[in-house]
Amino acid sequence: MRQRLRWDPIACTGHGLCADLLPECIELDEWGYPVILGDVPPGLARHARRAVRACPALALRLQQADGDHGGRA
Amino acid sequence: MTGPQRDQGTPGWPRRRITHRRLTAGWQNATRPAGLREHYDRYGPLPPDRQQCPQALVDAVAAARLTGRGGAGFPTATKMRAVAERRGPAVLVANGVESEPASRKDQALLSRAPHLVLDGALLAARAVGADVIHVCLDQTRDQQAGIMLRAISERQRAGLGGVAMLAHGLPSRYVASEETAMIRWLNGGEAIPTTVPPRPFERGVGGRPTLVDNVETLAHVALIARYGPDWFGQVGDAGTPGTMLITVSGAVGYPGVYEIGAGSRLGDVLALCGGNGEDGAVLIGGYFGTWHATRDVACLPLSAPGLRDAGASPGAGVISALPAGRCGLAEAARILGFLAGQGARQCGPCMFGLPAVASDFAQLADGRPDGDVLKRLHRRLGAIGGRGACRHPDGAVRMAASALAAFAPDASAHAAGHPCVEAR
Repeated sequence: MRQRLRWDPIACTGHGLCADLLPECIELDEWGYPVILGDVPPGLARHARRAVRACPALALRLQQADGDHGGRA
Repeated sequence: MTGPQRDQGTPGWPRRRITHRRLTAGWQNATRPAGLREHYDRYGPLPPDRQQCPQALVDAVAAARLTGRGGAGFPTATKMRAVAERRGPAVLVANGVESEPASRKDQALLSRAPHLVLDGALLAARAVGADVIHVCLDQTRDQQAGIMLRAISERQRAGLGGVAMLAHGLPSRYVASEETAMIRWLNGGEAIPTTVPPRPFERGVGGRPTLVDNVETLAHVALIARYGPDWFGQVGDAGTPGTMLITVSGAVGYPGVYEIGAGSRLGDVLALCGGNGEDGAVLIGGYFGTWHATRDVACLPLSAPGLRDAGASPGAGVISALPAGRCGLAEAARILGFLAGQGARQCGPCMFGLPAVASDFAQLADGRPDGDVLKRLHRRLGAIGGRGACRHPDGAVRMAASALAAFAPDASAHAAGHPCVEAR
């Protein structure tokens, strides 16, 4: 089952840890805020959970991909 | 079932009749807001209570295919059903904040027909099971608050209602009229947007299911309840039935608020308002709208479906014609600078991204580019949309990108250090 990253742009303060821990799915824009590149493939699920846990602002979540619009919280 | 009192039309207006007097019935001679008696004279009485089965109103609004007139154009009945299906008492928010600087139509409506808005709010509140109506206004418009408060107390004296009505003055800022911002403010917070979900119909004012409708949308609901969906659809086009209020400004002889059949051709609208032909450019949809060469859009219907292929939307019915000899890039830069300063300063891409593109755009407009400003602008404009909690950054970058496209030759000249004479 693929998982989808949900990013809360209000909570996020641009620490950037998520992009360090999950560069396959997240990169930072020029202002240091994450850009979600796509769903999390099953092989990276563990790394994705680590990125979610590491966020100091609790601005990142994981949920089942269900065909809903992706990216934003 | 003939609708509100008819006018005889205005002689000398263009070949196609595009104006109608429904919401604006009786406005010609109105020097003050209609009291209840004049209100009923203009629009007819409300249907008797026994005919006001809640479900029947939602069905009538659905059959009329009324869409929201605040900008998003979402089907009103769908929103009503989403709230009606939730458990527990609901809340209705009438959005009259009208923070779009180029729009005047809600102010015109509220200052002339406050009871029509309140009729619609009352009917919609009953239909979705709401026991309180919050009318949200801009706190800097003192006169408007007075008009609304007098209308509410007049209804109380007349024994109309059963639903509490409260008027509120919200801070005057662009994002204050976004629905989650109003709810946050009504809940005691700042008037800035919140993260969704939860959406207002799930958890809104006081945690209750909340229906948020633009005041013009509610006024249409009040007329649909009186005259029915068939009457509503006698005007407008197949995609968007009914009339719409529009605000036309800029290079036209008679700027102002008009009521037109939805889907009227844009060229006819400009002709009606004393526009000077198909030269020049228009901003369609307000500050979140898009720029177009007038000749490219003159034959398109002014409606969401009619403008979709052109990448445009009527928004809240806002049309601004660029005066001849004015530089469109300079105007777009001014608007972008305004929008960059009007964000809620919550989301990084909006808080840092919009000032960055506004600065790029100002360099471009001045013809004093720092490096490859066009390339930088295109990259940055593509990196911001869809990345805020609300649609503020999306609207701003759409407006900016459309200006680069509509004024492409100017943009190249400006980027090469040769600005339009006017912009220097």
